[in-house]
Amino acid sequence: MTTTTIIGLEVHVQLLTNSKIFCGCSSAFNPHQPNVQTCPVCLGLPGSLPVMNRRAFELAVKTALALNCDIAPFTKWDRKQYYYPDLPKGYQISQYDLPFSDDGALEIEVGGEGGGTRKIGIIRAHLEEDAGKNVHDETGRGTDSQVDLNRAGTPLLEIVSQPDLRSPQEAKRYLEELKLLLTYLNVSDCNMQEGSLRCDANVNLHIHQDDGHKVATPIVEIKNLNSFRNVELAIEFEVKRQYEEWEKTGKKMGEVAKETRGWDAARGKTVPQRGKEEASDYRYFPDPDLVPVTVSAELLDSIRATLCEFPADRRERFKGTYGLSDYDARVTVDQGQAFADYFEEVAGLCGDGKQACNWVTQDVLREMNERNLSIGEFPIRAAVLGNLLERIAKKQITIKSAREVFLELLAENPSRRPISSAHIDQIIAEKGLALVTDTGELEGVIAEVVGKNPKAVADFKAGKQAAVGALIGQVMKAVKGADPQTVRTMLVEKLGNP
Amino acid sequence: MSILGATAGELVKRLDRGDVTSIDVTTAYLEAIAAADGKVNAFLHVNRDKALEQARAIDEKRRRGQCVGALGGLPVAIKDVICTQGEPTTCGSRMLERFVPPYDAHVISRLREADAVLIGRTNMDEFAMGSSTENSAYKTTSNPWDLTRTPGGSSGGSAAAVAACMAPLALGSDTGGSIRQPAGFCGVVGMKPTYGRVSRYGLVAYASSLDQIGPFANDVGGAALLLETIAGHDHRDSTSVAAAVPEYSRTVEEPLTGLRIGIAKEHFVSGLDQQVEAAIRNALEVYRSLGAEIKEVSLPHSKYAVAVYYIVAPSEASSNLARYDGVHYGHRAAHFDNMIDMYCASRAEGFGAEVKRRIMLGTYALSAGYYDAYYLKALKVRRLIRNDFDAAFREVDVIASPVAPTPAFKIGELVNDPLAMYLSDIYTISANLAGLPGISIPAGFSQTNLPIGLQLLAPPFEEERLLRAARMFERETDWHRRRPASAPG
Ligand SMILES: [Zn+2]
Repeated sequence: MTTTTIIGLEVHVQLLTNSKIFCGCSSAFNPHQPNVQTCPVCLGLPGSLPVMNRRAFELAVKTALALNCDIAPFTKWDRKQYYYPDLPKGYQISQYDLPFSDDGALEIEVGGEGGGTRKIGIIRAHLEEDAGKNVHDETGRGTDSQVDLNRAGTPLLEIVSQPDLRSPQEAKRYLEELKLLLTYLNVSDCNMQEGSLRCDANVNLHIHQDDGHKVATPIVEIKNLNSFRNVELAIEFEVKRQYEEWEKTGKKMGEVAKETRGWDAARGKTVPQRGKEEASDYRYFPDPDLVPVTVSAELLDSIRATLCEFPADRRERFKGTYGLSDYDARVTVDQGQAFADYFEEVAGLCGDGKQACNWVTQDVLREMNERNLSIGEFPIRAAVLGNLLERIAKKQITIKSAREVFLELLAENPSRRPISSAHIDQIIAEKGLALVTDTGELEGVIAEVVGKNPKAVADFKAGKQAAVGALIGQVMKAVKGADPQTVRTMLVEKLGNP
Repeated sequence: MSILGATAGELVKRLDRGDVTSIDVTTAYLEAIAAADGKVNAFLHVNRDKALEQARAIDEKRRRGQCVGALGGLPVAIKDVICTQGEPTTCGSRMLERFVPPYDAHVISRLREADAVLIGRTNMDEFAMGSSTENSAYKTTSNPWDLTRTPGGSSGGSAAAVAACMAPLALGSDTGGSIRQPAGFCGVVGMKPTYGRVSRYGLVAYASSLDQIGPFANDVGGAALLLETIAGHDHRDSTSVAAAVPEYSRTVEEPLTGLRIGIAKEHFVSGLDQQVEAAIRNALEVYRSLGAEIKEVSLPHSKYAVAVYYIVAPSEASSNLARYDGVHYGHRAAHFDNMIDMYCASRAEGFGAEVKRRIMLGTYALSAGYYDAYYLKALKVRRLIRNDFDAAFREVDVIASPVAPTPAFKIGELVNDPLAMYLSDIYTISANLAGLPGISIPAGFSQTNLPIGLQLLAPPFEEERLLRAARMFERETDWHRRRPASAPG
């Protein structure tokens, strides 16, 4: 008996517009001053009317194009009706039967190095307005709940995937790739803490029995997934739970209503939520306050012209242009657009893509993480790092010395802010790191070292290649900045081939 | 000449000439309200001090030689469904008893710019649902021509205020005839503009795809003046149309030559009061004498209009009124057990019977499994009704009909018969479903001295044609000059 995990994800992303989707209020995240970013429209006051924010629509279309969706030439707005205190009109303006886009796909890498890619289908993407936020008393003193409508009316793009994902890891990978794409497109900041990216997961199992029969377990929707890690954990838990539930009850899809469960991160389990969602009839109907939107070919062309290179294409290009491995290309690109831009600038300046990648994905990334900085905040700009790495390529300093310079540049030193290439010269001079290739100076030192180490010399001559390493080390110690390659060549020459 | 008997056009002229001041005019109407409204009950709220303050400011502007707006200090009464900053806007409902909007409706901004004096808020059927103004949660308005009869509705307060000389002009809203039917019942001019001609921003929604704000006046010229003031594009209403607005008040006096008037055979059937029919036939004779050609047209789907309306309007209403949940504003029940209970109790207490009836009708029509059979079907028939008009208007310039099948009915006569009440809008509803402009003008009186209205309909955005056609008739008749005995002055 084998089982297949079937996962579909519904992702809500807040679009990066200045104002809300149907009024002019700011859509900035502002939880500390409740209800200040409001007006008669987003408060749902009697008599107020919505007017569509063109910018929100364009960002949504841009995203859908990047997801390879078809864009409908004609789309409309519908009211989704339900009562909740954070929904001031008693309905949410959304899109029901004519979403502005459908039938797309997102390609994700699966199964690690060399694992290949898989296309995850996108059923549809539609635009809607966000609700406000209910703030409940958590002191236990039983005071009234309050409502903050700052968020009400923020443009929200809902992206619904096909049930094409086959493991919790794939689900996480899909979300990472989607987030990366959205940030590359600059349509959302995808900040899960601030709620600008939210995810629900639909999960069930296909159990292939030994007699050849296939059984599907009832679909469960998991809500309250506030991090990618929690998406992974919740699905892992749910897969196990559904299998056990099936063993216990034998209940199949269609025999019980679709269930909604919430993820309890503290207890590490999904728990049933009240079944109000399934029971409700949203009574969708076209919003008579808004006019349908027709999407012209000109508009599509102008939006298409704003599309950047997508992450997947960029990974491929990095492999081809800079000779990066699958792994390196992924690490470089997945850190975000600014990081990959940084890499490209460094690689361009030093002329060695692999060297640049090593530095950027190891040294730069490590220091960024330690200092909790974004690449935009990292004090060594790409031009400076490129300059430093160029010196390695030109054999002006060793890699080891370059690391010393790199750390010295980062060290607390107000006179070196902002950090420039001139500071590299300064440090090289101060520390005497300039590569010594002057054979005259080296010859004396080598003669001295050879004289002092008869045993190593004998070992070498007896065929022990490694013995030369100790001698190189001593020469290097005596002459700071000596080029190890030069030292080795001269030593071997002096000792004669074994 | 008395202020109260005068038309809006006459008063504006006298104000401009300096014969009277806005304080004089406003005071005269405030006194008329004080004298007559105890019996008529047209107003829900009169802010005497604020009205006088506005009048004084406009007089001051004039005295200083500053430019004064087109209404130059003329009082306008406002149906209590149009949001006015700082003034109560109850919609005739307990639900909004203490609601004071923080913003002005687009038409209110326009009135302020035109230097109108906002004299008071008029009574209406709750949330504009009704045809008699009896559904108000606050008071029952009487028809100034017979205090035992209704003024029609839902804009009954505005119609009665103009008929009883308590305001020279008033604004109403028309979703299925709510301006034209009370205008007909009260013997004044009332007009529903084309859907999209006047911004709905700030008009508390009943049925968004049908609602339209329009003017009441005691003559066609007054309606032209007020429409000119409020019409035009507003970016805050997505359904508002960016079409140029003609100078109605200037062109209204120009008669139309070669006017072709259509009469629909479907309009002259059983249920139409004989005296009403006679008045309409009479009016057609007047037009014929002015050189108009009368042609029969057919509106075959008009028989479905009431049925379609009572699916579309309640469906939209059930959604539009969902916001009155007691959470953010409006009535909240004092006692409840939990959140759901708070919604139920607040709405049960805040809404009246007719509003609840329509919310239930609409909720049902939009429910899963019924949507296609009711709402979607209704939209299709609505399109057929519009097609009928498009075809008819290829033959004629305007279509004439009664405004309502009978003159004003008695207060209480139809309250227990909602269906009969709904049928009183049978002639007016089609214009809302088709989005057409329509006007109701005084065209006679019944034997019991009750006004009878003539309705003219025109193609979309042909308000100018409608006003000129109406004025042609008005010039030849004096029905509009009669004033009820209950009117002061
Ligand atoms: Zn707002």
